[in-house]
Amino acid sequence: MAYSEKVLDHYENPRNVGSFAKEEEGVATGMVGAPACGDVMKLQIKVGKDGVIEDAKFKTYGCGSAIASSSLVTEWVKGKTIDQALEIKNTQIAEELALPPVKIHCSILAEDAIKAAVADYKKKHEG
Amino acid sequence: MSIDLQQDYFALFGLPRRFDIDEGALEAAFHALQGEVHPDRHAHLPDADRRRAMQWATRVNEAFRTLRKPLARALYLLEVRGVDSGLETNTAMSAAFLMEQMEWREAVEEARAGGEVGELEHLHQRLRQHGRSVLAELQAQFAADDLQAAADTARRMMFIEKLQNDIDEALEALES
Repeated sequence: MAYSEKVLDHYENPRNVGSFAKEEEGVATGMVGAPACGDVMKLQIKVGKDGVIEDAKFKTYGCGSAIASSSLVTEWVKGKTIDQALEIKNTQIAEELALPPVKIHCSILAEDAIKAAVADYKKKHEG
Repeated sequence: MSIDLQQDYFALFGLPRRFDIDEGALEAAFHALQGEVHPDRHAHLPDADRRRAMQWATRVNEAFRTLRKPLARALYLLEVRGVDSGLETNTAMSAAFLMEQMEWREAVEEARAGGEVGELEHLHQRLRQHGRSVLAELQAQFAADDLQAAADTARRMMFIEKLQNDIDEALEALES
């Protein structure tokens, strides 16, 4: 299958690959998996005192579209509040990367990873 | 000879619609049907009949391919029982399971990068063992008719299968 230029760009030069130390202040982790293709995605956000996401990192085992989707959302969430981050929809990710229908689940995975990371943050800081 | 395309795959082979199947009976039923519907047997017939025979043959092959593999059989059985296995939509696997998957993948990646064939073979062995115990879980869940639990286990098996493919691919890459 032919990947779009944007997918290839993120795939070949993924942004923000890596991990934060879990104990680090303001760090929250979202782990999700896509059974359809066996992809696993870890998205971490680092949230400042003002509730704004200062930095994000990801580690994804999966196809080019899954890597591109997670790379893209680490760029998108930076500078957003956690509530703004929750507004990112998989359709926006799919559109930006021009994902074909069979790869839509990769964008769903990335959206769910954000939700999972924010939920982890809220659990740690509001619970 | 005719085949009812509305029948489910189990009925097609005259097997009870359950997860535990008699593999010998499946194989025997497949070969019997395959002989009946083989395109060569219909070569002398008019176009419309030949096309229909072709459809039957395709159906029989597809049914056999689906039922002989445990994971494909499980997903198919869930589908005909009306349970959405959520392969495309359910991303909320248990955190412990996903963490374990991440660790497996990291181990495979490291072994591949380091050219450690022995380590990859070891991972392959361990994963097969793990796969067998998960399959036993799946069998028990179908036996207890706990279809939601079976769907969850089938989703986990998708990851295990993918991992197994990754290991095979890494081994092939190193050995070539």
